[in-house]
Amino acid sequence: MGITKSFTMALSSIVSNKVRSLLTMLGIIIGIASVIILVSIMNGFTKEITSMFDDMGMTALTVTITPRSIFQIEPDEFYEFVEAHPDMLSNLSPSSTVSGSFKTEDMSGDDAISGTCSGVSEAYMSIQRLNLSFGRFISYADCENKSRSAVIGTYEALEMFGTCENAIGKVMKINGSPFTVVGVLEEKEDSTESSSDNAVYIPYTTALKMNGTNIVNQYTVDVVNEDMVERAKALVESFLLEKMGDDEYYRVTSLKSLIDTMTDIMGKMEMMLVSIAGISLLVGGIGIMNIMLVSVSERTREIGIRKSLGAKHRHIMSQFVMESGVVSCIGGVIGILLGSSFSMLAGNALDMDVAPSVGAIMLSFGVSVGIGVAFGFLPARKAARLNPIDALRSE
Amino acid sequence: MPHLVELENIYKIYHMGDSDVHALDGITLTIDRGEFVAIVGASGSGKSTCMNIIGCLDVPTSGTYRLNGREINNYSNDELAEVRNKMLGFIFQQYNLIPKLSVIENVKLPLLYAGLPEKEQRQRAMAALERVGLAGKAKNRPSQLSGGQQQRVSIARALAGDPSVILADEPTGALDSKTGREVMLFLQQLNREGNTIILITHDNSIAARASRIVRVTDGRIVYDGPVEGDEIVAHGHTAGRGDTKEGEA
Repeated sequence: MGITKSFTMALSSIVSNKVRSLLTMLGIIIGIASVIILVSIMNGFTKEITSMFDDMGMTALTVTITPRSIFQIEPDEFYEFVEAHPDMLSNLSPSSTVSGSFKTEDMSGDDAISGTCSGVSEAYMSIQRLNLSFGRFISYADCENKSRSAVIGTYEALEMFGTCENAIGKVMKINGSPFTVVGVLEEKEDSTESSSDNAVYIPYTTALKMNGTNIVNQYTVDVVNEDMVERAKALVESFLLEKMGDDEYYRVTSLKSLIDTMTDIMGKMEMMLVSIAGISLLVGGIGIMNIMLVSVSERTREIGIRKSLGAKHRHIMSQFVMESGVVSCIGGVIGILLGSSFSMLAGNALDMDVAPSVGAIMLSFGVSVGIGVAFGFLPARKAARLNPIDALRSE
Repeated sequence: MPHLVELENIYKIYHMGDSDVHALDGITLTIDRGEFVAIVGASGSGKSTCMNIIGCLDVPTSGTYRLNGREINNYSNDELAEVRNKMLGFIFQQYNLIPKLSVIENVKLPLLYAGLPEKEQRQRAMAALERVGLAGKAKNRPSQLSGGQQQRVSIARALAGDPSVILADEPTGALDSKTGREVMLFLQQLNREGNTIILITHDNSIAARASRIVRVTDGRIVYDGPVEGDEIVAHGHTAGRGDTKEGEA
């Protein structure tokens, strides 16, 4: 008895019991659909988040020196270290942040924009992959001279000067001190306050002066390529340990490892959600087993007849396993179709690129077939083990 | 050449609580090719157990059963299934057709389990249906046929596998007397064509259609011989516990 024959037998049995078959499938349909929807949305979400960081410097390492540290690292020392390792490290920018308010000379204090202004060196632009739309970035000379030059994001440009173009050469006040706008960055997002377009850069030397200190507590180091990030991080850490004597005094972070950690967390969250959805698959499987057991009881006489005519253990087994496999498989296909359409709807609603992955679809299909076979096994064995005489006698 | 069916000192004992019930209490019986044997007995006499053992649906507690010279006592369930498939054809009182399958699909079942190619299954099933005169109903469902027709389908199913023995268990039990007679005439005809038929019945008038009577009472054979020698059948008396009906034949 071939597979095709068992398959057509199973199919005709399912079709002859449409409502029951559909109800049996329901658990699998819901389970598979929810797995597909969850995986799709999580994938879309992860894609969305990683794409936000895509145009940022993935090779940058940020070194933060804890304020409690009794040791300090002079920029010159750090520059020497970076220059000594050209195979791994390529650029360095000391940085220092100043929080404050930004406004033009004409604006009243109430309208001032509050934000953070970052003191950086000329290398910062290439490290963080920043692009200018107008003007120039902070220069080496600016840092040497502690000049009052500022590069601003499109949010500040639009808020203070109306257009980006207009901003060049204009004067803005940072915490009351006048700065000349020398460059405007390219728009990255939508020029709102909460976007990465809200940014002000000044020479780090100027920032240090404004903070009333000469201690640099943050450095940004560029690594030659993404694959080297972990090794370069270790190198920088060993350098810092040697200088500071204790790893409590500094912290080295990289955007890449941050994103890696984040995608890792997203992955775990996805696994958790999928496991929860998987429970409904399990329930669906038990539903199939239940109905198959009922079906075996109902068809005891049929099984007896088949056995009296020479059906062997495997014939009866394959008949019932095939039947539950096909029910579950059809449920799986319906679930995949439902899940895919719902995730596309959800994608439209959330304005995200939510597409069910081929992998998730294949896996769900495999899982539904597997569930059908696994949960059909017990009832099928019960059927195959029936005593032909008792089976023939049953009504 | 060995006997076709050879039962030697067959016991079948069921344990019911504390007591043992001897459904078969030392049956020894041989049946040869081409015979038409009726195993007759009242209900509870052991004739059904006897049929189950001959039909390889059950195994004896002790004793030897040889079918076509092969001892099948120690056969596994699958091996018994194989024997049923290749050597035995069953005709049941309740026809035992599968209602959701068409007539031809029912007839094809033993051939399906024998693993024959689809084309051969169809040809042999059609040939069997032609023999019972129901080739025209091949596509119908069993429920669309009369009782007599359904029994003929089940005869066709028994014949399809070309078995060595046809076991008919009360084949007329669910039919009116006229149709029952037709079925019996058909079985007689099959016997004349060379088929070995074992008929299990409680009905003496039906048993009288056979050429040899084996009367079973309380798990033992009390008569084994030609119809004429069996007093009860030959003289039309009621047998055993009075649950047999007088036939018209």
